[in-house]
Amino acid sequence: MQQPNRLRPFFENITFDRDDNELILNFGPQHPSAHGQLRLMLHLQQEQITKAHPDIGYLHRGMEKMAENMIYNEFMPTTDRMDYIASSSNNYGFALAVERLIGLEVPRRAKVIRMMLLETNRLMSHLFWLATTALDIGAMTVFLFAFREREYLMDLIEDYCGARLTHAAIRIGGVPLDLPDNFIDDLRKFLDKLPENIKDYEDLLDTNRIWKMRMENVGVISKEMALSWGCSGIMLRASGVEWDIRKEEPYELYDEVEFSVPVSDKGDNYARYKLYMAEMRESAKILYQVIDMYEGTGPELMAHAPQYISAPKIDIMTQNYSLMQHFVLVTQGMRPPVGEVYVATESPKGELGYYINSQGGAYPYRLKLRAPSFWHTGILTDLLPGHYIPDVVSIIGTTNIVFGEVDR
Amino acid sequence: MRAYTPKDDVQKKPYYTDRYWVAPQVAKSDVSEDAVFAADLEAIKAKFEVLDAYIQVEQMVVVIHAADNFSVLEMLKNELEYTQLSELSAIDWLAQEGKFEIFYQMLSMSKRKRLRVKCKIGEKESIQSVEKLFRSADWSEREMYDMFGVVINNHPFMKRILMPDDWEGFPLRKTYPLQGDEFAQWYEVDKIFGKEAREIIGPENRDPARVDRYDTERFARLGHEVPRGADISQGEPDTPLVYQEEGGVFMIDKFDAEKSVVISDRDR
Repeated sequence: MQQPNRLRPFFENITFDRDDNELILNFGPQHPSAHGQLRLMLHLQQEQITKAHPDIGYLHRGMEKMAENMIYNEFMPTTDRMDYIASSSNNYGFALAVERLIGLEVPRRAKVIRMMLLETNRLMSHLFWLATTALDIGAMTVFLFAFREREYLMDLIEDYCGARLTHAAIRIGGVPLDLPDNFIDDLRKFLDKLPENIKDYEDLLDTNRIWKMRMENVGVISKEMALSWGCSGIMLRASGVEWDIRKEEPYELYDEVEFSVPVSDKGDNYARYKLYMAEMRESAKILYQVIDMYEGTGPELMAHAPQYISAPKIDIMTQNYSLMQHFVLVTQGMRPPVGEVYVATESPKGELGYYINSQGGAYPYRLKLRAPSFWHTGILTDLLPGHYIPDVVSIIGTTNIVFGEVDR
Repeated sequence: MRAYTPKDDVQKKPYYTDRYWVAPQVAKSDVSEDAVFAADLEAIKAKFEVLDAYIQVEQMVVVIHAADNFSVLEMLKNELEYTQLSELSAIDWLAQEGKFEIFYQMLSMSKRKRLRVKCKIGEKESIQSVEKLFRSADWSEREMYDMFGVVINNHPFMKRILMPDDWEGFPLRKTYPLQGDEFAQWYEVDKIFGKEAREIIGPENRDPARVDRYDTERFARLGHEVPRGADISQGEPDTPLVYQEEGGVFMIDKFDAEKSVVISDRDR
């Protein structure tokens, strides 16, 4: 029995005397392979886990509360801080939700640019996932390779919006900027080389004996479990459910591009790894098609809805009424109609949903962020028992959780 | 006289109010316009009382009694193929009608439809957990309790999830200020140093935009510089403005057009 006092505090990592020989291990919240501030309380029998309690909230910033105290446009940069690995997809989800609430139609060029941003973000996120997970398992080379490619994409995004991590590259009603001059050429250069790069990763990992031992038949999620736990994205598709929101409930131009949805019925870590690889190839396929679409689009970038969206800069600078409207929209904010909306998009991590309840004011009355990683962390409660300590690292890796999104 | 601020809603209010402005509504359409939703609604209506039902932004909203929540969701899952509970949370209407509105966002993959079930409960009432049907409700309901203080019956592990276990107050209620209440500003001081250190340390500043004009440690006073940490609460010394260049400092010269080289042709 511990006798804690000021000099000898309570040791939460260790319970000294337990009749049942159970050890309680405290994993995190500062563990390098916890992918952020995840704390896990693991009950162990020898090396085997009998019970797991994920503990979250170490990065809780109260984004939903902040949203209730901000105008809609102010909240856009805050959404960057959710899934900060692919921040444009968060921007996009929010913009789409507000657009559906208002009933806005976005110009075609803005749609094309949004598609490019979304898919580059998906590639960035998947490359980051591959790099960090491989590093957790011990594959240092893959980490360096994948980061090299991700760096190229970050530079590309930097060319577009000036930021590398928190892009805020999408506005409600469109996009703020047209593509810079060399963007498409650079993107094409990257895409031409990507298949070779993916092949490099696969050559290093696919038949790697250590990688297979750590991945195959580890962390098996059954179809029922995935559905019941609200899993989405690759976590769901690896368990045999063919459900990709881009395909099933298409938004933007996803109904005009050809791509396939890779599915696996194994449900283990290795299946998820294979799906990530396949999805990168699909993203590249989508990007090639979107590049071709860009040529035929008109110059408009923002929707025309003077009540909600500021006029283009040229109008603001030349026409008095546009300037007045811009002033009102910046100081008071747009006031969407009374109603509620739930919009789900397929972010790289899964189903990213925004529920907005508007009471006709400049601030949302209630905004709920449905972040996929929240439930992908929750599932660890049921998934980890029966596994061994080294498996914890690889399972957390393939769930691809990001704590900005879990805690919000 | 001080301006009246309502105590039951301390959220930020817009500075500009337009008394003649009537907010438009997002269109609600009748359920009969969509065959799939109409069939689902018929099935629900056969067994339960439906208070309201309509389609808004392509999704059906069904309002039911709070006591029916478990059985309606059970029916949706087992009979109507709404296999996933994607989201669950509450909305605070305590100031308006003393109630929480709870919504369940359902997804049917076979029908490609999304549906929202809503119900209302009073502040002191409780609601049945749906964790037995959907494991995802385990964490969502914990979050709902954590943020709103909605009491949930038959939950397997009811505990705060995002806030610390010993936190007081429910952050997403409209009565809870954005910067936190008094409990919040002493929480870390009490926790780390003990209550006896309150006098020495003082409350935590939870407003990141706060400017203290007497704080010479953390705020620069351009044009009125005083030594760092000086106490200026009782008035401050007059700061004469002196520029280094005026005294003729070595290596620093004022700009002189005659001495400067002007590059007319920049090769970019």
